[in-house]
Amino acid sequence: MTQTGPRRLHNSGMEDESRDQSPSSSTGMRLIVPLQGIVQGRGGLILGSVIPCAMFYFLQFYLKRRRSPPNPPEHHTSSPPSPAPSSSNLTELSRSASRSNLLMSRGSIGRPHVSSRVHCIAKSNDSPYYIGLDKVSADPYDSFSNPNGVIQLGLAENRLTLDLIENWIAEKLNDSILGGGLSVSGIATYQPFDGMPELKVAMAGFMSQVMGRTVTFDPSQIVLTSGATSAIEILCFALADQGNAFLIPAPYYPGFDRDMKWRTGVELIPVHCRSSDNFTLSIPVLDQAFNQARKRGQKVKGILLSNPSNPVGNLMTRETLFSLLDFAREKNIHIISDELFAASTFGDEEFVSMAEIIDSEDTDKDRVHIVYGLSKDLALPGFRVGVIYSYNENVLTVSRKMTRFSPVSAPTQRIVTSMLSDTTFIKDFTERNRERLRAMYDLFVEGLEELGIGCTKSSGGLYCWCDMSGLIRPYNEKGELDLWDKLLNVAKINITPGSSCHCIEPGWFRCCFTTLDEKDIPVVIERIRSVVETCKSPS
Amino acid sequence: MAIEIVQPSVGLSKIAVSETHGENSPYFAGWKAYDENPYHEKHNPSGVIQMGLAENQVSFDLLEEYLDSNQEATSWGKKVSGFKENALFQDYHGLLAFRKAMASFMEQVRGGKAKFNPERVVLTAGATAANELLTFILANPGDALLVPTPYYPGFDRDLRWRTGVEIVPIHCESSNDFQITPKALESAYDHARSMNMKVRGVLITNPSNPLGATIQRKVLEQILDFVTRKNIHLVSDEIYSGSVFHADEFISIAEILESRNYKDSERCHIVYSLSKDLGLPGFRVGTVYSYNDQVVTTARRMSSFTLISSQTQFLLASMLSNKEFTQKYIKINRERLRKRYETIVNGLKKAGIECLKGNAGLFCWMNLSPYLKEETRECELEIWKEIMEEVKLNISPGSSCRCSESGWFRVCFANMSEETLEVALRRLHEFMDRRREGQMLCMV
Repeated sequence: MTQTGPRRLHNSGMEDESRDQSPSSSTGMRLIVPLQGIVQGRGGLILGSVIPCAMFYFLQFYLKRRRSPPNPPEHHTSSPPSPAPSSSNLTELSRSASRSNLLMSRGSIGRPHVSSRVHCIAKSNDSPYYIGLDKVSADPYDSFSNPNGVIQLGLAENRLTLDLIENWIAEKLNDSILGGGLSVSGIATYQPFDGMPELKVAMAGFMSQVMGRTVTFDPSQIVLTSGATSAIEILCFALADQGNAFLIPAPYYPGFDRDMKWRTGVELIPVHCRSSDNFTLSIPVLDQAFNQARKRGQKVKGILLSNPSNPVGNLMTRETLFSLLDFAREKNIHIISDELFAASTFGDEEFVSMAEIIDSEDTDKDRVHIVYGLSKDLALPGFRVGVIYSYNENVLTVSRKMTRFSPVSAPTQRIVTSMLSDTTFIKDFTERNRERLRAMYDLFVEGLEELGIGCTKSSGGLYCWCDMSGLIRPYNEKGELDLWDKLLNVAKINITPGSSCHCIEPGWFRCCFTTLDEKDIPVVIERIRSVVETCKSPS
Repeated sequence: MAIEIVQPSVGLSKIAVSETHGENSPYFAGWKAYDENPYHEKHNPSGVIQMGLAENQVSFDLLEEYLDSNQEATSWGKKVSGFKENALFQDYHGLLAFRKAMASFMEQVRGGKAKFNPERVVLTAGATAANELLTFILANPGDALLVPTPYYPGFDRDLRWRTGVEIVPIHCESSNDFQITPKALESAYDHARSMNMKVRGVLITNPSNPLGATIQRKVLEQILDFVTRKNIHLVSDEIYSGSVFHADEFISIAEILESRNYKDSERCHIVYSLSKDLGLPGFRVGTVYSYNDQVVTTARRMSSFTLISSQTQFLLASMLSNKEFTQKYIKINRERLRKRYETIVNGLKKAGIECLKGNAGLFCWMNLSPYLKEETRECELEIWKEIMEEVKLNISPGSSCRCSESGWFRVCFANMSEETLEVALRRLHEFMDRRREGQMLCMV
């Protein structure tokens, strides 16, 4: 969907979202200046401004009269009119809405103004990442009831071990939603916004169990939030001002573009990783990106790492982590280590947390902050449990205050506390989770290999990073999106194209395999095969 | 020996170091005093009684009774995908069953006098988040929202801190029971404009916190006319709508809009929550209800940062759609709050203290201005400090609520047992007796 005039103006609002300029001033100028040019020469500036202004106001007046209905609206029922239907991940700003916004931004007539943040939504929802998710919602594959539906490989959701949690709840909690017992006492009233002490203790224990190895996590350094999405946003608010930037190794999780930038006004600077390096981060490239930012006048406040990385699935080596800490120290910036998939590893390499690196340092802990959550490792994204783990007392203080805008629901805290405190269950769960991840990964990668599609060697995450560059024509983003489109609409497979992840090399795709059953894999491979054949045959 | 190089410590954002979170005000200082020495009937009978927290504990037994007799509603059930689907559900549209239940509950609270469409319900983790979210959507940094005084102290933080938006007060006076007047509205608007701020909307709390009174129909109409004239938004925070002592005394903006056939309703947005009316603040359930499609869509996406746990939605969906339960709860809750209100107001009267005539909420608006040596903020804080330290009651001073007149205090009555309330009243009575025996309170 393309729009012309109004869209262009809104683009200016989107890009400059961090600046205070409202679209209205640019709207006015774009109309007046060319008109001024016409009238120039005779009467000059004054006529040149007055006449277009007068025309403009008359135009608005005319439109206002046309728009306000002479009769009462069609729906005579007393129910409030339904909003335009919106699908789960895509939003559509109708043409009339944006045009009326254009006109009403003068303030005196029409709809009241909304902030520039509203307008940037439309842009981010054109991303294939969200479009794909939408297609699946509209027509989800089910091996029995909807075998021709769209198969979901675009959402990093782990369904492989939910049965284990289900059993635990049946056994230990008697299926109770309240997490044991029928009482709401103790959880109905106001709780500390940063989380109940019992949950902090249980969470610290869990983190120590699955990612600590040699270090233990301290409950007093934990702030709980309603999901890792919120944890990352809070850290951006706390560490950076509007217009400041974070360096972020690319390709990266498409959601960061919204989560980190939207309300905070923070910028993201991708640090491109290459297939020749197996998409691992190179410190010289990071340094270059930092220097270029500085030349541009952009203030870099920190680095955001994802480890295990999303979408590639790499684990960061100890050496890289130490180098990163040195780098951050040298530039005096922060490090946010998003370790959301820490327990979802299945390769031969072992996961090393930033906590382990910082543990051996005496000083300089103030710049390190870890983000964690239960959405991936414990397969509970619906419960909204995220963690900020920081070594900086000031950041903890601010985060505790900010999490009042995104706290964890009390009954959820209770049930999660029970679950995490059952260390036997957790041990068993994480082991079996790894096994099942490994098995599914092997099957899936094997299937792709049959088609001549290779993947990077990944050791973590719920997905694999596939090289389909040989199948795209031309060898650029357009070619990639054409293939994505074919796969989505013809083969009915939703996978995420590398361009949505800001990958600098075209043709790479992220395929999540944890939403599948084993028996679905051949179906997926066959469907991909059908498209692959058409790509290989001369057009 | 190596010279120690002191490295500049890594900085935080301006937002992080600003004081806009407001947690250094007396409103919060009193809470600290309570935390350090909380009253307990048996274990600490001389501790501080918390009367600064607007929490509703009077109808807790009704909730427990419901859960006891509806065990099925509190179980995920043996359905194959009951738990699984719930655990994975993170759609920012929210559980349809829960949205329907919320819309239905909101209708019931208003006695069926307004209809709510589940498609316009956007869920957030608490009304705190709902208010902030709306502010992010309706205003840019540096813009202004007009808010009538006195207002909930948390607004300074919720509406301003991370959003960068300013609050310009609409001054209300005791001479007309702190009602909002068209003159005050215009005056606030002009004041904002004189400071070169763009005014984006008016935010009212109805029933009012801290006044404990509903806004009259006539005033609501005037406010609606004002925002229409200025082409700005109206946010109506109605989180205490179920806590009105007499059902027919509350008029929601929804009713006014319905009576106008929803003409021009795109500027109106309602904030609601289960924290006060249902006494479940720990659950973190709030909602933005907007008549503006664009705002609904945007709010929904923005709610990704503050989703309600699917488990909680699931649990409450059945509770809130049980009309028999909700009818009974709303009715009994109102009764009990009314009784409490009468107890405290009469008790205060006996102690020689008058309150604003209220009809809603979990608190009363107490007038100690006759007892101030001078009508200044300093004298108000002197009395407040004395009441906290000597009488051991934590109440909220009007200055924290930006009240333009000194000497008013908000006193909560629903977060304690009846016995505790009696103890508090007794202490206050003794305090006032001592005063009348000639002890000067305010040395200025």
